[in-house]
Amino acid sequence: MLSLILIILTALIYPGIIIRTKSIFSGRKGPGIFQPVKDIFVLFHKGSVFSTTTSLIFQIAPAITLATIITAALMLPFGTQPAIISFENDFVMFAYILALGKFFTIISALDTGSGFEGMGANREALYSMLVEPAFFLLLATFASITGYTSFSDIFAHFEISNNHYLIIITLISFYMLLQIAMIENSRLPVDDPKTHLELTMVHEVMILDNSGFDKALIHIGTMLKFSIYGSLIFNSAIPSNLSLPIRIVIYILLQVFIAFIMGIWESFRARNKMPRNTIYIFTLTAIGMLAFLLVLVMNNKF
Amino acid sequence: MVVFLLIFLLITTLGLFLLPRLWKYPLTLLSGFIIAGASLTFAIPALFQGISYTESFQFPFWQNGVNIRIDRLSAFFMLVINFTCITGFIYARSYLKAYMSTKSEHSFSLHYTALIWLQTSMLSVTVIDGGFAFLVAWELMSVSSFLLVIFDAKDRDTMKAGINYLIQMHVGFLFLLVAFLIIENATGVASFDNLTVYFSTHPNIPLFALFFIGFGIKAGFMPLHTWLPMAHPAAPSHVSGIMSGVMIKMGIYGIVRVLFLLQDNLLEIGAFVLIISIISGLLGVMFAIVQHDLKRLLAYHSIENIGIIGIGLGLGLIGRALNMPLIEVLGFSGGLLHVLNHSLFKSLLFYNAGSVYIATHTRNIEHLGGLIKKMPYTAILFLIGSLAICGLPPFNGFISEYLIYSGLFKSLYHIGFYESTLMLAAIIGLALIGGLAIFCFTKAFGIVFLGNSRSDATLHAKEIDKPGIFNLSFIVFIMLLIGLLPVAFVEPIFAVVNQATGITLSSGVQPVSFNNIMNISIIGGIFVFLVTVLLVWRYYHLKRLNAVSYGPTWGCGYSAGTAKHQYTATSFADNFSTLAQPILQSSKEMQPIETADIFPTNRHFHTHQSDVIKKIGIDWPIEKLLTLLKKIAVMQTGQIQHYILYAFVFMLLILVLTFFNFI
Repeated sequence: MLSLILIILTALIYPGIIIRTKSIFSGRKGPGIFQPVKDIFVLFHKGSVFSTTTSLIFQIAPAITLATIITAALMLPFGTQPAIISFENDFVMFAYILALGKFFTIISALDTGSGFEGMGANREALYSMLVEPAFFLLLATFASITGYTSFSDIFAHFEISNNHYLIIITLISFYMLLQIAMIENSRLPVDDPKTHLELTMVHEVMILDNSGFDKALIHIGTMLKFSIYGSLIFNSAIPSNLSLPIRIVIYILLQVFIAFIMGIWESFRARNKMPRNTIYIFTLTAIGMLAFLLVLVMNNKF
Repeated sequence: MVVFLLIFLLITTLGLFLLPRLWKYPLTLLSGFIIAGASLTFAIPALFQGISYTESFQFPFWQNGVNIRIDRLSAFFMLVINFTCITGFIYARSYLKAYMSTKSEHSFSLHYTALIWLQTSMLSVTVIDGGFAFLVAWELMSVSSFLLVIFDAKDRDTMKAGINYLIQMHVGFLFLLVAFLIIENATGVASFDNLTVYFSTHPNIPLFALFFIGFGIKAGFMPLHTWLPMAHPAAPSHVSGIMSGVMIKMGIYGIVRVLFLLQDNLLEIGAFVLIISIISGLLGVMFAIVQHDLKRLLAYHSIENIGIIGIGLGLGLIGRALNMPLIEVLGFSGGLLHVLNHSLFKSLLFYNAGSVYIATHTRNIEHLGGLIKKMPYTAILFLIGSLAICGLPPFNGFISEYLIYSGLFKSLYHIGFYESTLMLAAIIGLALIGGLAIFCFTKAFGIVFLGNSRSDATLHAKEIDKPGIFNLSFIVFIMLLIGLLPVAFVEPIFAVVNQATGITLSSGVQPVSFNNIMNISIIGGIFVFLVTVLLVWRYYHLKRLNAVSYGPTWGCGYSAGTAKHQYTATSFADNFSTLAQPILQSSKEMQPIETADIFPTNRHFHTHQSDVIKKIGIDWPIEKLLTLLKKIAVMQTGQIQHYILYAFVFMLLILVLTFFNFI
């Protein structure tokens, strides 16, 4: 329960901090960090425009996508505090239920019958397909370190074994999860949320036709996704044997820090050329394989 | 039982040919139900209470006889066969309606007879305990399905696909025949029971290889799959559904029977099955993505799903080799549950593809689009099938993939280096297969059902009839039941695996605890609840605001776009096919636009997708053989004196060779 509350709380400030960081680095004052939340309230008061081409799919997709993200959040623990629902191999459920949301986002983009949105849908489908192995590799690594196969168990036992090599795995997993978070949330360098040209968009172009209530749901989903991945990073990086209040403070600081890093990263980096994206994502899988090999060495399996 | 069955079949067959047209279909359906009911009276006690049924039947004129054995494994497959056959028979009515006026009465009789015989022969394959009676049933299955495939035999391509199928099935049959002859030679009786004896005294790999090739051609493992993408599109959709849903699973059944009895070299064979399955899964879905023919796309997905089943079986075998009963049970039961799951969603998808074909007369998805407005039920059913085949929760495909993933992840901590890399390959393979399947089905569903229509083919599209929709909804109901209440289905499958492998888990240990599976149900329930809440909220919100308006899709300021501006299936697959070009080898023909070309004229763009494995494994050797034979054909002069000369030379050769004691 604690984990869910913290995820929701940090989700509120996540995009705000990223935007604020970016604006400060580009020499602007920028909006307040709660501006994205206020925008969502505005969207809830706005009417909706639907394309006449669209069908039922377009209407239900945002709600389904948000529901998948909330369901996924239920499975995340907070260190030793288990998740609301925890069972063996819950990360398979986690990955697959997020994939369900993505499925609906993609087909809702195709539902508009727009060339632009088809293009975005196609790119998103390819990139998210390529990320999947990296995520599973990382979890396979965790499972072979700890011998446990659920988020709650893995993270509760992660730091307890006194193996000093673990710091390398922690660093690799920090990097990988950060990258996966960036890709899954359609940030730089794979996708640029602030681009204004439809042809260069990936995720943004898919939701061009959503408005009002649906758009608000999509924004809420994006915010939650940020803090879900932040929470995963926290769990794999911070020892779970610290006392609870300290961990909560660290959690919030870490989430702010990650948002800050994303802001800096986006301020100083340009988006990849589209064909480079696939190579960029494959690199993650390669790093994951290295991490797995390292674990095999650590466990004296050679 | 055997005698009654034979008499019943004879009467039905006669009836189908003699009765008037109107009676043929009801008789088919009725006998389908009778056969299903009769077989279920044996299968249900066997599956749920473990009461095996055995019967030995001696033909008066044949010394071998038929040994019938219905254990949990057979019973499980019997249930799967009967369910899909019945839904297929019911769907056949909706599908065949369009052919009522064009096809002759006899072709219908033949078709219906073949349907009944296909069901019976598949059931027989699962209950006959090896021997030559098994091969007879196997052959009947191939022949009856061949007759079903060539229903539209006037079409040259259909006939070609049918012949190709028939030939490949007989190549497989040859391997099985040799395998059974080897068993008979070594142990006296060619039954599955005697395999245990054989395997404990002889090397395991050669005989397993024979069985694997023989059964693998039917199942469609990757280098042996080439008949599948040809036969499935050619067959009528209810037949494709039955063939892809259950008939190829008979290959899996055979492999499973043999796998469970292996005694030695388990790790090597397990690794082999695992690797070949990963390859089948990955290549299957990769080829599927670039197809334009809806049914061929689904056919390639069958290969992918056979791969997933194989990953489960390979994992189970490796678990057995490493003496890890938990992994063994998870692997085997994941594979078997996927057999059931695939039979449900694949038949559903094929039936819906058939409805699309009947409505639009095309299987080329580039000509479709926007069908959700004209065929809403078909679209929703197809969507659910797509979600399930991608293994997404809360549908059934997820459960079996979850079991396989569980086994893979659980084993990681306990096994050595080489096994770890194998398991890792399987995990990456499954994850990639899942991702690619999503890519493929967003394309298939999006291009066929969403957006605007891309040609006139969809102008007169009509929804299929209400009974057809009801029938297909029933499949969806079972799928949801497995997805949301997996406990009820996983437990019997564990029992099947326990009986077949003889594993007794130490008391209190369960492969996947009841709790875990209940949690999947709970998550599914929460998800459905959340979706409902959000949608209800959305409904009242939009109603309260009352500010919904409609307009054209955002076109970047240009609102005169036509349906041709939409993404097509080719463009959707393009970035993937570029990425996978070394494997897929798809070719593009186009005339590039030069910079000086200010007013480009009409141009053609053509992509061609060929199956690389078919090219290397089948087309190339045949081509070489044909050239060789053509050269030899010089001798065929048509002049009688030459032929007499050949005979003379032959006799001379024999004489010379005997003289020098060469022969």
